[in-house]
Amino acid sequence: MKVVYEAPKINTGVPTTYCGGCGHGIINRLIAEVIDEMELKEKAVLLWPIGCSCVNVNTMDIDQLCCLHGRGPASGTGMKRANPDNLVIVYQGDGDMVSEGMAEIMHAAIRGEKFTVIFVNNAIYGMTGAQMAPTTLLGQNASTAPGGRQVINSGYPVKMAELLAELPGTVYSERVTVNTPANIIKAKKAIKKAFELQMKGEGMTFVEVLSMCPTGWSMSPVKACEWVDTNMTEIFPLGVVKDETEGLKQQEEAAK
Amino acid sequence: MNQVKIDFERCKECGYCIHYCPKKVLVKGDKINKKGYFAAEVADPEGCIACGTCARVCPDVCISVYKDVE
Repeated sequence: MKVVYEAPKINTGVPTTYCGGCGHGIINRLIAEVIDEMELKEKAVLLWPIGCSCVNVNTMDIDQLCCLHGRGPASGTGMKRANPDNLVIVYQGDGDMVSEGMAEIMHAAIRGEKFTVIFVNNAIYGMTGAQMAPTTLLGQNASTAPGGRQVINSGYPVKMAELLAELPGTVYSERVTVNTPANIIKAKKAIKKAFELQMKGEGMTFVEVLSMCPTGWSMSPVKACEWVDTNMTEIFPLGVVKDETEGLKQQEEAAK
Repeated sequence: MNQVKIDFERCKECGYCIHYCPKKVLVKGDKINKKGYFAAEVADPEGCIACGTCARVCPDVCISVYKDVE
């Protein structure tokens, strides 16, 4: 029998605590698969945010740290500067990064810290009960925005991939999603590319992943996948926002 | 014959594997696991082409897929 798919080797077999159909589970698995493929188990450090994902530290057999709310990039800075050979992965949700930790992520990008940030954007606060997040779409229902988010009260959704791409310290910024099998393969490629660039020491690499939150959005998991396509990708367009590595390669070749 | 193994206790009934299976060999089961979910099960093992799509979309890493090689 040929193995087509088995659980990643660094997974411990402990079940995750996510709701059924949560995109976090897929993203965690992709990270584990990429670490497996790159054989970086001994060098990988995964920094969890505060949110649904932070209680899943025992699902993976690698070094991990549960950071203060929004302070993942600050902890990552220390980790990466102390051990530049390590693969430092800062995993953040939208409430953690865009609300509480906006200053941390901006300044880490301004300094051009050489770690990878995986930003899980599900347009809502999942853990605390579907409150409005800075990334909530206009008109989207949330428990603190009954009737939908209004510009007059709460402004516009934040586009992190574009915002960080403006900064020279970011070398790679891409937005992907995990709502279909094809998109999951693309998301895995983006995560792998970000990890490879980090190991080369280019600069900050940023992958924004649009994720499903069926519980927070009050819909079935399969409907939530469709909702990502119909509503989220209009505001948060998929694709590479910034990739400086091609330019760097051309410059190197020209110099030769 | 190609094999799909689903971890009965870990499945959370999201239905992604059932929805995205190109050959529709998976269905929602009628037994409840310890967490209270109707776990997915393989209804048509002969129809499986071992493409691995179900495992690729599973958020709970409870599916493994094996292809029969002669």
